[in-house]
Parts: sequence; C-alpha cells; structure tokens
Amino acid sequence: MQKSLLITADLCTSCMQCEMACSFEHEGVFNPAKSRIKVFEFEHGKRAIPYTCTQCAEAWCLHACPVEALSRNPQTGAVEVDDDVCVGCKVCTIACPFGTVNYNQDTGKVIKCDLCGGDPQCAAVCPTDAIVYVDANWTGYERMKQWAVKSDARPSA
Amino acid sequence: MDYVIVGAGPAGVIAAETLRRSDPAGAITLIGDEPEPPYSRMAIPYLLAEGIGEEGTHLRHGGDHYEKLKIEVRQGRVASLSPGDKSLALDGGETLSYDKLLIATGAHAVRPPIPGMDLPGVENCWTLEDARRIAAGARPGSRVVLMGAGFIGCIVLQALAARGVDLTVVEMESRMLARMMDDAGAEMIERWCKSKGVEVLTSAKVTGVEATNGGLRLIIDDAGMIDADLVVCATGVAPNLGFLEGSGVDTDLGVLVNEYLETGVAGVFAAGDVAQGPDFSTGKQAVHAIQPTASEHGRIAARNMAGHETRYRGSLSMNVLNTLGLISSSFGLWAGADGGERAVAADPERFRYLRLEFEDDVLVGALCLGLTQHVGVIRGLVQTRVRLGPWKDRLLNDPLQVMSAYLERTQGVA
Ligand SMILES: Cc1cc2nc3c(=O)[nH]c(=O)nc-3n(C[C@H](O)[C@H](O)[C@H](O)COP(=O)(O)OP(=O)(O)OC[C@H]3O[C@@H](n4cnc5c(N)ncnc54)[C@H](O)[C@@H]3O)c2cc1C
Repeated sequence: MQKSLLITADLCTSCMQCEMACSFEHEGVFNPAKSRIKVFEFEHGKRAIPYTCTQCAEAWCLHACPVEALSRNPQTGAVEVDDDVCVGCKVCTIACPFGTVNYNQDTGKVIKCDLCGGDPQCAAVCPTDAIVYVDANWTGYERMKQWAVKSDARPSA
Repeated sequence: MDYVIVGAGPAGVIAAETLRRSDPAGAITLIGDEPEPPYSRMAIPYLLAEGIGEEGTHLRHGGDHYEKLKIEVRQGRVASLSPGDKSLALDGGETLSYDKLLIATGAHAVRPPIPGMDLPGVENCWTLEDARRIAAGARPGSRVVLMGAGFIGCIVLQALAARGVDLTVVEMESRMLARMMDDAGAEMIERWCKSKGVEVLTSAKVTGVEATNGGLRLIIDDAGMIDADLVVCATGVAPNLGFLEGSGVDTDLGVLVNEYLETGVAGVFAAGDVAQGPDFSTGKQAVHAIQPTASEHGRIAARNMAGHETRYRGSLSMNVLNTLGLISSSFGLWAGADGGERAVAADPERFRYLRLEFEDDVLVGALCLGLTQHVGVIRGLVQTRVRLGPWKDRLLNDPLQVMSAYLERTQGVA
C-alpha cells in the first residue's frame, strides 16, 4: 500500500522540528533553509502551515526535465531527483505549479521531497501529528490533492 | 495505425512515448536528422561548462529505451510532405506513408545578414555539433565574443564564462534579455555581469566580421572593433518549415495548430518549437520555444493522434536563467495586461527584484530576480487564474508576500 504525507495545518504549532529533521536527513546539518518541507506562518505565527510536495500524479517537474533526472520511485511513489543526472537547469522549479522543487545554489542541483525513501523524518518527529504518513487513499489526502487537479494546465480530457 | 513523427527532439520523443502508452499496438516511427541519439538542446550549456559529458544531454539514458517501447528511431531528413496521399519523402528519395503525422522539427539558428558571418570561427550554439566546435575554440583565456544577449545568449554566456574565456557580449537592443526582462531587471543583470568581469555592450551593432592573422575582428557600428578568437552567434532562431512548402499545411511564424495541436490538414499535428499554438495568456497563437511547451505539446498532440480527444489550454511563456550566479525568471504577461495593475519590489543594490502583474484580482505575469525558493507557485497562480481577493491589495503593498497569498488562496488555510 502506497503511503503519503497528510498535513493538517490546524495541528501545527510551528515548532520547526520537521524542517530541522528534513535538513539533517538530507544535508547532514540542522539548517531549516535547506529543508524540503517549509512551515509558513500567518498572522505573526498564530497560524502555520507545513508545506511540501504532494508527489502529484501530473508530475510537472518530471515531464519538464530535459535529461530524465527526475523519476518516480515505484516503491514509495515519490518523484526523486538523481543528482548525478540533474544539470541544474531549474526548468522544473518554474514548471511545478506548487513551487515545491527548489534550486540549491550550493550544489547547483534541485531539491525536493523524496519521502526519505519511505520513512519521512518530518512525520517521524512531528510532535502534534500535524504531519503523518498514511495510506494514500486516506480521504483527507484526497482533499489535499483536489487543488492539484484544479491547477491543471493539462488537458481537460 | 501508422504514426510518423518528424523530429527527434524533446517534443518528438515525448510524443512517441505518449503514443506508445495510448496505443499499445500502433507502429511508431521517429525520424530525426541529427546523428546523435535524441538529446536535449537545453543541456548543451552544461556540456560546455563541463558539468556533464555528451551522454548527459541525451533525453533518455537506457540504451534500449526506444527498442523496448517499440519506437523505431530512424536517421534521415524529411524533404517534403504530401498530405493528399498521406506520405512523406526523405532526402535520397525514399517515401514513407502515415495515418497520423506529427511535425516536431524544432527550429534552427539564424545569423544576421552581416558580411563575414560565414567565416570559420563564427559558430552558432544550437546543436551538439556546434557545441563541439565551441568547446574546441573556447579555451581558458580565449577571446570570445558572444553576439546576442537574449535568453539563449545569456544561457550560453554562463557556459562560456564557466570555461574561463575572456568574454565580451554584444547586444543590439538597448538592454540584455529584451524579451524576458524589463529595464530595471536587465539593468541589474548587466551590472552584475560587469561586476563579474564580463564585458557587456548594449545598443551595439556588429556591422561586419573580418579574418585577421590567426583570428577574427568584429566591427561595431563602424566605430569600434573587437579582436576575437571565436565568435558565438545567438541572435535568434526560426522554425524548421522548409519541407512543408507546397504541402497545404498552414504556417505563419510556425506551423499553425488549434487547441488539439492539429493543423488545418486532418491527421497532421505539430508540437514544440516549430508549432504556433494556443497561448494561455493571450488566447492567440504563439510560438513558445521552450522546453516545458515542447513537453506539453508532445504529450497532448500524441493523445489526440491516438484518438483520445484532449484539449490544450495553451502554453505559458516562462523562463528561468542563471547568469553568473544571479537567478532570474519570467512568467506570462510580465510586461502587463491592458488596464491591469502592477506591484514592484526592487532592491537594486542586492540584485533583488520582483514584479507582479495583475488583471482584475488575478496574477497574469511576473518577473523575479534573486529569488529561487518556491518560484513555481507563480506559475500555479497564473495558470489556475486563482482570484486573489483581499490578497491582491496586500500584494500591491508587498509583492514579496506572494507565497502567503498562494497558500491562503489555494490551500485553504485562511
Ligand atoms: C543552448 C540552448 C539552451 C536552451 N535553454 C533552455 C532553457 O533553459 N529552458 C527552456 O525552456 N528551453 C531552453 N532551450 C530551448 C529548448 O531546447 C527547445 O525549446 C527544445 O529543444 C524544443 O524541442 P523540439 O523537440 O520542439 O525541437 P528540437 O529540440 O529542435 O528538435 C527538433 C529535431 O528535429 C530535427 N529536424 C528538423 N527538421 C527535420 C527534418 N526535415 N527531418 C528530420 N528531422 C528534422 C532537428 O534537427 C532536431 O533534431 C535551449 C536551447 C538551446 C539551444
């Protein structure tokens, strides 16, 4: 059964543990600036929303890549960047209508959520269950994905 | 069903793969006239910068990728098309028949009609063959003149600089990136380039190139001259339409196609740099010679060729560029819509700039400089035509709030 990140913004206290864990998992440092999940605060921190890639079915990033550096991991369903192939052209960063693929100027490659290979650290450390890793057919996840469908530049088939 | 695709760039390859998924039994022939396996032109700058080898430019990496999908890849040049008997002729005389045809022939580099542009040492930067010649001539310390500072020119600028050449850029227009940046953004990019040791001449017209002892000399506006070992010409491209002469397929700037990416001739479709198709922003037909459009066109044309009627809402003009470490991007109607409104945040000292263009309370275009995080949401906002409601006024006051506006208006956090 494929799993997905389910984010419930109401539960987020913007403790930033997810950003720290993500950065440590991928970069080996506790640096929120290098996190693939980002907590955005509203009303001076009264509300917050953790935000990252939904591994959307359309995969705009993957289709726009000129050199096949992005591919879907059949186990986790995550779209992953192959650093050895990525040339750093950044076309995926403007093609993704969710803004969840970002350019890392230090490495000259792009970075995005890869679900940590099936054990997403953001969910593992979240103390309030604002981020959980659940079966992909969970209804809340479907709701979250609805916007992904609306954002369609794709065929109205 | 016999599908024939002319042109084995990104549009052609993605169309072939999509056809295979949509019609497992169809016969698919992909004809390309370049000698290499199908590759991405846009990876060439990274080859020149020596970040990758030639295989790194290939569109697909598995050696048997096309065989496995039963896509027949043929090398050859299509010379003419006769839709009357659904056939095409290759150079050398062979003819091929098709049920559905895709024109994905891309574009070719165009040089200005200036004396001396045909001299050895004057190169385009469009094909892998061009790249090899540039690599041979652009060595550390070589004097290189780049003609043209448009989008492609600026990408090539970055690659040449990475090779450690002594670089001069000559641009005829009054600013760099005339079709991707406004005056304010272009001024910052030009100043940035100069601060990194690249000579940039704008409003400067090359009127002739001459051979000198062991090199080239460019005459600029009859006034100055520049000596060079290599001249790289990035002064524009034009769609490859020649073989369509007399075919009855309508062309303007490119091959005219409707929202199903079909030409006026039934069964003949076009995609990518060669196609003039629906423009998301204007509703008119435009040539958007960019990778994302080639990819979307390829997929949607193929769906329609296979009989799965699929309407295309139009391509969005968008670019992202790295100029010596300064990253810029442009989206949609960045120059503004009639009767629209504009929000600008500029910090020229720190090379940061954001310009948003609205029509009513919908974002229709943007320019960004020095911003790399979450820029994709601008595409999201433009292409979903999300109403910004109260966020429009907030953005007019502070355009840097665009990510917050996006989250509230699309993710329902409000
Ligand atoms: C240096 C460079 C950098 C670029 N950078 C970017 C970038 O950063 N972002 C971006 O979005 N875009 C970029 N582009 C543009 C992008 O590469 C093109 O938009 C894309 O290649 C278009 O794909 P296509 O399949 O339509 O055409 P092409 O890639 O041109 O492929 C068409 C193929 O058809 C072949 N062909 C033509 N006529 C015939 C014929 N009669 N018979 C058989 N074959 C034929 C051609 O030789 C070619 O192989 C760049 C281009 C270059 C050159």
